[in-house]
Amino acid sequence: MKAEIEVLQPGLFSTIQDVGRFGYMKYGVPVSGSMDTYSAKMVNLILQNSPDCAVMEVTQTGPKLKFSAPVEIVISGGNLSPKVNETEIKHNTIFRVQTGDVLSFGKRQFGCRSYLGISGGFQTEKILNSRSWYEGITKNSHLVKGMKLGYHSIVGSINNTYSSIKPESSYIRNQGIVVAKGPEFEKMPDTLKEEIFLQEFSVSKNYNRMAIQLEENFKNSMEPITTGPVVQGTVQLTPGGKIIILMRDCQTTGGYPRILQVMEQGMNSLAQKLKGDRISFRL
Amino acid sequence: MGERSILIEFEPDIDKNLLEKLLNIKKLLEIKLFESKVEVINTYSSLLIIYMSNIENVYSAFSAVNEVLEDANVVKNHQPELFHIPVCYDPEFGLDLSEISLNKNLSFSRIINLHTAPVYTVYFLGFLPGFLYLGGLDKKLQISRKEQPRLEVPKGSVGIGEFQTGIYPKKSPGGWQIIGNSPVVLFDVNSDPPCEISAGDKVKFFPVSKKEFQEINDAVGTGKFQLKKEKYES
Repeated sequence: MKAEIEVLQPGLFSTIQDVGRFGYMKYGVPVSGSMDTYSAKMVNLILQNSPDCAVMEVTQTGPKLKFSAPVEIVISGGNLSPKVNETEIKHNTIFRVQTGDVLSFGKRQFGCRSYLGISGGFQTEKILNSRSWYEGITKNSHLVKGMKLGYHSIVGSINNTYSSIKPESSYIRNQGIVVAKGPEFEKMPDTLKEEIFLQEFSVSKNYNRMAIQLEENFKNSMEPITTGPVVQGTVQLTPGGKIIILMRDCQTTGGYPRILQVMEQGMNSLAQKLKGDRISFRL
Repeated sequence: MGERSILIEFEPDIDKNLLEKLLNIKKLLEIKLFESKVEVINTYSSLLIIYMSNIENVYSAFSAVNEVLEDANVVKNHQPELFHIPVCYDPEFGLDLSEISLNKNLSFSRIINLHTAPVYTVYFLGFLPGFLYLGGLDKKLQISRKEQPRLEVPKGSVGIGEFQTGIYPKKSPGGWQIIGNSPVVLFDVNSDPPCEISAGDKVKFFPVSKKEFQEINDAVGTGKFQLKKEKYES
């Protein structure tokens, strides 16, 4: 049965994401997809959804959502104190919502992004083979008050074995970000090559789905490169000495030296960081 | 780069022959690696193979790529298309025409002549969905990016950034020098592929008046405008 979630309050910044828009980089279209792929995978796994089902990515301050019909949901990732009506709900555990129930979020306990999975996945528009929201590609780019999001309601009996698995959550607080050397790593001055692994960095106020900029400044004498390909996790060093880590909504090409490449696990850790959080790079 | 892509770099250069070589290899890679579900993109002197999921065996992936690289010079399979794109160079749209005119000591009409004369090569798309990196700009028009990038460049703006020229497919922040505006839609999410023009194709600009601009704009709005294109023989 078709059902809808009504957005009563949008919160800070929430989007619908799936595994990303694959195959359109050649047209300059960002891949997008869940910032923390581990948590997104987890909610789908617990709900026995297919891994490419769309989830809601909730950032820092959560929305208030009203369900028009019964369905099962799971929340994972950063903890933003979710509750249904007045009942607090546990992470990584199936919760059955009823008609008219309201899901809301409270105080941020840890992490930056929380993932809301729903049985069958969100049934929002599919553009270029993906439901991931991105401004200019999908009609919606973030939750807005009054918006309605489709889903499939569960009719009749459902799986009673309410499974709860305990996913790994230490990565959320992990400071050490595992990286590989980037294409221009060897062009860095020797001192920088060492320093980049010794220094601790902090996340600046510029952190979003496109990129995370670090607060610290490096002296940089490297020349810009001829525009070349970049991917999610590419770490760039700007002429001004700023370090920029490209995240899920990054452009497909760039002209700054690509000094490091963050591995997938590190991307999930970075997705959970906010301003002032400390990180360090590890080979 | 990372767990899901392989970067192949060539000697840095911006050159039509290199582009042709890259596009040949790209095509062969797409065929060879079809089963592995990959996307291959090119820039001026790089190819990037992006795997849909993590690369299972990096050594067999490398050897497949190497095989392709070894016999890449044999075939030529790209037949480029030439697209004719209307541009209105009225100062209302050409926000930086005066600056370029002063800087380069060129009259407006000379700038327009120089910009509409060449057949440009589409090296790749990037920066924004549907943004074409066009090479082949006349040296007399080469000018550095603006020191202070604009926070908002209007949709359709035609700009110059050093040796490159291009069209902003949507409104966006940008640092290129703006000389005109094109009413055509280069990127449409409701079509698949979303962009008619791809790497290796050719582009030629032709000037239109403000009145013609408006007419084309209206035709685009009602879906009646057809971009003029033909097979390109080099």
